[in-house]
Amino acid sequence: MTHTVLVTGVSRHIGARVASVLAADPDISRVIGVDTVPPLSLTRDGGISLGRIEFVRVDLRSPDIAQVIAAADIDTVVHMSLVSAPSGSGGRAAMKEHNVIGTMQLLGACQRSATVRRVVVRSTTAVYGSSPRDPAVFTEDLEPHDGPSHGYAKDAVEIEGYVRGFARRRPDVTVSLLRFANFMGPGVDSPLTRYFTQPVLPTVLGFDPRLQFVHEDDAVEVLRRMATEDHPGTFNVAGAGVLLLSQCARRAGRPSLPLLSPAFKMLGNAARRIGLVEYSPEQLRLMSHGRAVDTGRLEAELGWKPKFTTGAAFDDFLRSRGLHPFGGVPS
Amino acid sequence: MSVPSEEDDARVIPISAAPSFTEPEPDSLASFLAFLRRRVTGDYEVDEFGYDAELTDKVFLELVRPLYTRWFRVETVELKNVPEEGGALVVANHSGTLPVDALMLQVAIHDEAHRPLRLLGADLVYQLPLLSHLSRKTGHTLACREDADRLLRKGELVGVFPEGFKGVGKPFSERYKLQRFGRGGFVASAIRAGVPILPTAIVGAEEIYPKIGDLKFLARMFGLPYLPVTPFFPLLGPLGLVPLPSKWMIQFGEPIRTDEYEPTAADDPMLVFNITDHVREVIQQMLHELRLRRGHAFPPFL
Repeated sequence: MTHTVLVTGVSRHIGARVASVLAADPDISRVIGVDTVPPLSLTRDGGISLGRIEFVRVDLRSPDIAQVIAAADIDTVVHMSLVSAPSGSGGRAAMKEHNVIGTMQLLGACQRSATVRRVVVRSTTAVYGSSPRDPAVFTEDLEPHDGPSHGYAKDAVEIEGYVRGFARRRPDVTVSLLRFANFMGPGVDSPLTRYFTQPVLPTVLGFDPRLQFVHEDDAVEVLRRMATEDHPGTFNVAGAGVLLLSQCARRAGRPSLPLLSPAFKMLGNAARRIGLVEYSPEQLRLMSHGRAVDTGRLEAELGWKPKFTTGAAFDDFLRSRGLHPFGGVPS
Repeated sequence: MSVPSEEDDARVIPISAAPSFTEPEPDSLASFLAFLRRRVTGDYEVDEFGYDAELTDKVFLELVRPLYTRWFRVETVELKNVPEEGGALVVANHSGTLPVDALMLQVAIHDEAHRPLRLLGADLVYQLPLLSHLSRKTGHTLACREDADRLLRKGELVGVFPEGFKGVGKPFSERYKLQRFGRGGFVASAIRAGVPILPTAIVGAEEIYPKIGDLKFLARMFGLPYLPVTPFFPLLGPLGLVPLPSKWMIQFGEPIRTDEYEPTAADDPMLVFNITDHVREVIQQMLHELRLRRGHAFPPFL
C-alpha cells in the first residue's frame, strides 16, 4: 500500500530529517512538508536536502491546512510543529497561538478527513513539570503533582488534551503521542544546547538536577516507525540513564556559576530581555528539581531501544561543538 | 557537610611538582588520580534516581564513618537477616531529633552487609537546597509509591521509617515508644513487589539530642515540622549541635515474607493494616530487648 504523509514543522531540523527519511521509504508515495517558513535547504546551503518532499507554506493557525489534507488524500499526519521558545517575531502570544491554535486547526482538519488513518504528535516530557513532590521517574500514566503552568510545557499539556479528545472522537484513527526528552545532537539548536555552549553555566545554588536527552538520530527513528507502523498510545522517548547538570558542565569543560534561585530568576529575565537566551519560569524548576522518565513502554512496543544513552547523546553533541572536559578529550 | 570536588574546578597538577611529596603506594596513587580524573571530567554514572555510587562510597561514607565507628560505636546484631541479594524493605524506628539514624543505618548496611541502602525520605528534604541533591546523590529518594515500587522491582534494598517526623521529632520522655505507622504504604509496596519486610531496631539515637522542648512558633515561621530545644541547644549555640556520644546498637529482625500474597492483596486495607501492626509490634519488642542488652546509654559514666 502506498502512503501519503504530511509532516508539519518541516523547516526545523528534526522535522526536516523525519520528512527526508520518510521520503526515502519506498512504501511512501508522497511526502508533503508544511511550515510557516521555507525550509533551510530552500533558502540557503547547509540544510538537509528535502529531495522529493513537496513543500507547502501554510500558517497552521489558518484553516488552509484542511485544504492541503483534503487535496492530497493524506493518510498519515506527523505533527512536529511545536515551538519550544518564543522567537523574535511576536513573542509568547504568537508562540502559544502557533502551538495550540495550530494543533486545533490541524486536528480539526484530520477529524473531517476521510483519508487520515494515522496521526503522530510530538509532545515533550516537560508536561510532567518538575517538582520535589513528584516521583523520581515518570511513567506515562502518572499525574504530576504540580503540572506546568507556564509557556511551552503548558502549551504541550493543552495540545495533549486536544489530541486525546481527537482520539476519542475518531477511534478509527491510530493516534501516537510522543513525549520527547530534550533533543541533543550535532544538528540540534535549542535553548538547552545554547545554554551548554555558553562560557559560564549559571546553575541554581544547592540543586543538581537530573537531565535526560534523546539523540536526534533516535528521535528520527522513533518518528519514522510511528509514522509507518500502528503504535497507538502515549510514549516517553528518552535515552537511557540520566546526567546530572554538574556532570554535564564537567563533560563540557564549562565552569558553573551557582546562584541563589531569586538571582537565577533575575539573571534569566535580564538575559531574555536583551535577547541572549530564552528563559521561562519552568526552566528554573527544571534547573532545580530535574526530571527523568521511564521508557519501558516505548521499548516494549517497538521492540527497540534508543541507540544513544543520555550520556552518549550529550557526548556526541559536545564532540560536534568541539567541547571537551577540563584537561582532556572525553574517552 | 561539604562534598569535596563537587563545585571545584580542580585541575590535575603533576604530583612530582609538589616538593615535599613522599610517594605512597603507586597503585593507590594511580587509582586516586583516576578517581580524580573521572570526577573532574564528569566520566561517571548516576542512576535514574540520581544515586552517585562512587561519590557515596569514596567521599560521603568516608566522612560519616568516623561517627559510626568512633563516636557512636555502632554494633550490629543478627546481620545474617539482611538478604545478600534481591529486593527487601528495611523498616526501622526513627528517632534522634535529626535523622542521624538514617546515616548510621546506611553505613551499617554498606559496611557490614555490603549493599547500598536506598532510603525513602520526606518531601521536605527534596524542597531544601543542598539537602535535596545530597540525598539523591547518596542513593535516597522521595517516599512515594512509584519510587518505592520501582526500587524494589530493581531488586534494591530499600529503607523506610514509617513513623516519619512523629518519630524523629518526639520528646525525650517518649523515647523508645514507637509512634503511629502511617497508612501502611510500605507494606503495600512490599506486597506488590513480593519482597520480604526486615523489621529493624535502632537503639542509641534517642539519646543524641534529647528533645526537652519545642519552639513551635519559630518552627512554623520557617515551615519546619519542629524546632527542638535540647539541654545544649540553643543554649550553647552551634556547640549544642554536637550529638551526644551515646552507645548504639542496630538489630535486624527475622524477615517477614510477603510473597505468599497476590500482588493485588496490596489493595486489601485489612490485610495491609494487620501486617503493619505486626511489623510495628515486632520492632517494639526488639527495641525493648535491645535496649536492655545495650545497658547504659553513655558507658562507663551512666
